Amino acid sequence: MNEIPTKAPQGHIEVRNFSLSYESIEGPVEAVTDTQIHVKPGEFVSIVGPSGCGKSTLLNAVAGFLKPTTGVVTVDGERVNGPSAERGMVFQQYSLFPWKTVRENVEFGLKMRGMARSQRERAARTLLGLAGLEAFEKHYPEKLSGGMKQRVGIVRALATGPKVLLLDEPFGALDAQTRVIMQQILTNMWQRLKISVLFVTHDIDEAIFLSDRVYCMTARPGSIKAEIPIPLERPRQQSMMMSSEFLALRRGLMSLIREESLKAMGGEISDMGLQGLNIELHGHSLADVI
Amino acid sequence: MSASAIAETTSVPATTPPVAPPSFSTLALRWYRLNRDGLRAIAIGIVSLAAFLLVWHLLTTYRVVFFVRFTNVPSPLAVYASFTKAIHDPKFLMHIVLSCRRIFIGFSLAAIVGVPLGLIMGRFKLAHEIIFPVAEVLRPIPAIAWVPMAIMLWPTNEQSIVYITFLGSFFPILVNTLHGMSLVDPVLVRAAQCLGARERSIFREVYFPASLPHIFTGLTVGMGVAWVSLIAAEMISGQYGIGYFTWEAYSLVQYADIALGMIAIGVLGLGSSMLIRGAGRLVMPWRLK
Repeated sequence: MNEIPTKAPQGHIEVRNFSLSYESIEGPVEAVTDTQIHVKPGEFVSIVGPSGCGKSTLLNAVAGFLKPTTGVVTVDGERVNGPSAERGMVFQQYSLFPWKTVRENVEFGLKMRGMARSQRERAARTLLGLAGLEAFEKHYPEKLSGGMKQRVGIVRALATGPKVLLLDEPFGALDAQTRVIMQQILTNMWQRLKISVLFVTHDIDEAIFLSDRVYCMTARPGSIKAEIPIPLERPRQQSMMMSSEFLALRRGLMSLIREESLKAMGGEISDMGLQGLNIELHGHSLADVI
Repeated sequence: MSASAIAETTSVPATTPPVAPPSFSTLALRWYRLNRDGLRAIAIGIVSLAAFLLVWHLLTTYRVVFFVRFTNVPSPLAVYASFTKAIHDPKFLMHIVLSCRRIFIGFSLAAIVGVPLGLIMGRFKLAHEIIFPVAEVLRPIPAIAWVPMAIMLWPTNEQSIVYITFLGSFFPILVNTLHGMSLVDPVLVRAAQCLGARERSIFREVYFPASLPHIFTGLTVGMGVAWVSLIAAEMISGQYGIGYFTWEAYSLVQYADIALGMIAIGVLGLGSSMLIRGAGRLVMPWRLK
């Protein structure tokens, strides 16, 4: 395990007075407004919200791909000025390099850092072993299943030993069974590496199951509507999702999101009639239905 | 539960238990089943080529005149006879070697200039804005229309022919490289950036490999146009070269040599594009099925 870069618990994310707008012909459009969030070192925090609420925008600003219009994003007190290997990112579309083998993908960050070939090969093998992918190191990503691709994506982001890990709906394209397994793998890696995680999802169950805290965002322009601590004890098991504690958290979050989703869908909903919609849902979250 | 424990239960078994090696006949049968479609295509291809030769033979032996006149067209056998003579003729071989040399120089120059230029134009907006309008104006001019200008521009005939070959392949290579650059997935660039890649590394590790499939399309198309341009240039202004050979055969009333020249051009064109496809497979192993 020596090869795996481990960092002292750090990775304190602070987003203060944050807003982000972009120009359009009708003038500036606000995507995110007046937002404060933070992630303590080693904490697992999720952001949930209706589609188009700007949760991915917020995450991309923390990654350094977008500049805030007002406010600041800092990690351990240092202002974020662009993407860096200190903030690892996992994308919904996997975004593995198709021309690199699984191992070369994992090695990429270490290569960029100038690590010698033999050293980074060893580090990549160790990490792939941890994710159960050692048999696939020489495969090209195209040959892998979605779940395997995303495991490579996570391992690749962790290889450089980042302070924080940012995930943008990483399991959104996976089937339900694979998603549950991926959630457990992610939890395990997070507990081993003691890394801060900021996780964007529209899946409420996923957010509760994984997180220490969940931020719920409003409809566009997005801002933080509520901050919900998740006091469930760890390690968490699949069976926990049936517990009354879990279901209570779920109900609370769902009603928050439903309100916002209805706002986001605007006029269409009122035409359909809210009563009818409630019956249609059968207890599924509206975010899932959308 | 540890991560590796979960991983073990989830990873797909990659190997099957060892079995006795199958006999030769089972292997042959399996190989046949797997390659049936390919074998079928080869068989039909051979039959179709044979049919083409047969029709050609019949049209010429009976000197068919039906709108098209086959009166003076050489028969396949006559062409074969002139082929067996030609392969022992150092002059014919020199024509072929010279044409290949012109293609090699002109095409290589086009690739050496076109690919990097396309990459740079795809990456830097200003370069694109400056170069693209000029390229768009020059691109529709057929290489053959450049012949008089090329003769004026270059001191020797050889140089002007190579120049025309270069022009023919340059634009397809440039345009396809540009197209490839425009299709690079921005998420891959972002992924590279948050793994610590700087501009130069992103160019080398993302933009270039991502554009390679389109670059090779450009090279294949460029090779085809290079031959078209070369033959036209040789027919008009050449001394030597397979295009010159074909035109000279017409002037000297050696009809069999006309067809021989044409077939030689076809075979050379096919061979060179196969070379490029082979190179593409070597350079892009991830595209292999």
